[in-house]
Amino acid sequence: MKYFLVLIVAVVIVLHQDNLLWDSWKDSTLVFGFLPIGLAYHVGYSFVAALTMWLLVTLAWPKHLEEGEAE
Amino acid sequence: MLSVGIVFVYLAIVLYIGIFAFRKGKGSGEDFFLASRSLGPWVFLLSLFGTNMTAFAILGSSGMAYSRGIGVYGLMASSSGIIIPLTIFLIGTRLWALGKKHEHMTQVQFLRDRWECDGIGTFIFALTAAMLIPYIVIAMMGGGEVLETVSDHKVPYWFGGGIVAIVVMGYVFFGGMRGTAWVNAFQTTLFLLFGSIAFILIGKSMGGFPQIMESLNARPPTAALLTRERIPAEEFFSYLFIPLSAIMFPHLSIMCLTAEKIGHFKKTVIWYPVCIMAIWLPSVYLGVAAKSQFPSLTPGEANDVIIRLLTQNTGAIVSGVLGAGIMACVMASDSQIMALSTMFTQDLFTHYGGKEKFGDRVQIMAGRAFVVGITLIAYLIALALKDQESIFELAIRFAFSGFAALAPVMLAALFWKRSTKWGALAASTWVLCAVLGVWHLTAVSESIAPRPPAPPAATAMAKGKAPGKAMVPGKAGSGKAVQIYPDRGDLFLRGPVNVTVYGYLPVMPMVLISALLMIVGSLVTPPPSRATVEKYFPPARRS
Repeated sequence: MKYFLVLIVAVVIVLHQDNLLWDSWKDSTLVFGFLPIGLAYHVGYSFVAALTMWLLVTLAWPKHLEEGEAE
Repeated sequence: MLSVGIVFVYLAIVLYIGIFAFRKGKGSGEDFFLASRSLGPWVFLLSLFGTNMTAFAILGSSGMAYSRGIGVYGLMASSSGIIIPLTIFLIGTRLWALGKKHEHMTQVQFLRDRWECDGIGTFIFALTAAMLIPYIVIAMMGGGEVLETVSDHKVPYWFGGGIVAIVVMGYVFFGGMRGTAWVNAFQTTLFLLFGSIAFILIGKSMGGFPQIMESLNARPPTAALLTRERIPAEEFFSYLFIPLSAIMFPHLSIMCLTAEKIGHFKKTVIWYPVCIMAIWLPSVYLGVAAKSQFPSLTPGEANDVIIRLLTQNTGAIVSGVLGAGIMACVMASDSQIMALSTMFTQDLFTHYGGKEKFGDRVQIMAGRAFVVGITLIAYLIALALKDQESIFELAIRFAFSGFAALAPVMLAALFWKRSTKWGALAASTWVLCAVLGVWHLTAVSESIAPRPPAPPAATAMAKGKAPGKAMVPGKAGSGKAVQIYPDRGDLFLRGPVNVTVYGYLPVMPMVLISALLMIVGSLVTPPPSRATVEKYFPPARRS
């Protein structure tokens, strides 16, 4: 599980670098008529980042640190 | 003047919050400096997030989007949306647990103990304090300027800055960390709420966002703002390293120690990317949209483009409330003042025997005296150097790189048993030298810095100018980077704003070399004592 999550985080970080897409988006297409497509990508990316954090918190929460809470 | 009145009402409210927090105080050092480690999940999320939302982030992002386009969101916001919560998840939670277990109140206390060395702690204290002070100065300047702009120059700069200084000093002095956290949570809520309302109202007043975007898209110079055309791939990549700085800023790492339970980090980690989006998306979008209303602002004028949009497109009430919201961001210096005060009392006063000798009450008094002293000094600097704001803005940019380059030191301390004080010292010394080196390169290349790309109205004026050639002040340019030392090729390039290394921001080599020095320095020196290793990596953790 640990390696799977590391892989997920690595992939999400790589997805931030959208250079290939930027080249094809030089036409500045507007999504829904008002949102430039490059901006729409990164808005979507923000939600993916939140989802990734949810996965980390759910599957890899450092439970051993909670021991300190009881002390 | 109605909008100014609203801003003053807002300032009175935050002052009251600080005094109310004072009444809830328990009178102990841990209570004043860390709110007794008792913050609930939502206050923790909002205050931690608010701590990191400065005027530099809000006003700077819209100003930058005005000249460089929507790519600024990916450059700063979505990169922060993944890296900052990741560092809070990995580093913040560990700092919280170790702080609770060993009663640390600052990073320096942890680093001193972890590496059995006073000197490394003192060195990192001096380095981080020096990188934090420009923030406080610029906040005083920002406060004076925002009040001056919102009041249409009826409230003078010195008076506005003074009012902000007194209010911030007041609630930090009385409320300590609890007051600072509550005010931050209040400010963040206010900004999120009224920011959304202002966004909609501004859009309506300007004729609707679809129409604005279509008009920008119709002309090639402004259509470029709807793409990442003005942000090179190397710069875009290297900005990914900047958010590593967040957790290394003392005000953020100390804030991590205030949570009541480690479980409170969960909401913060998950919601952080969404909170960043809620603040940055409107800021960047409005920065770009402003091009249709104010086509020819200079880079300096573009920095307050959000305030211009507000005053031109909304009524006095909304403008005043949002002015207050922007003041909230400007006043994020509260947590930096609080952090410096905590560091001063814990890393110097207490560490060198002050608490033992004079007791807990005097320790708190020393902290409060420090708050008054540092606020006063920052205010006086803000008055004396009013027209040299760019010096402090530069210092902040360097501070981001410096704090990011210290992240490998913290990661090694938390996760690598074999890491040593010598590795940490090598990395920290490198950070200091690199920050000074970049400062030097920026200063020596100032005269050859290319001018930013031409605004549409000035296109004709700039026509025919050779790209890369040093520009005549006052004229628009291509923005293309020039070689600082032609005999060294592209090693050091100077763009309109930054110095780069082969096109990459200095933060990238700074972080990588810092990590390398941490590793090599640790491997070639004796490991830390077994007692220390077992203290920070207990056997149960290995299983």
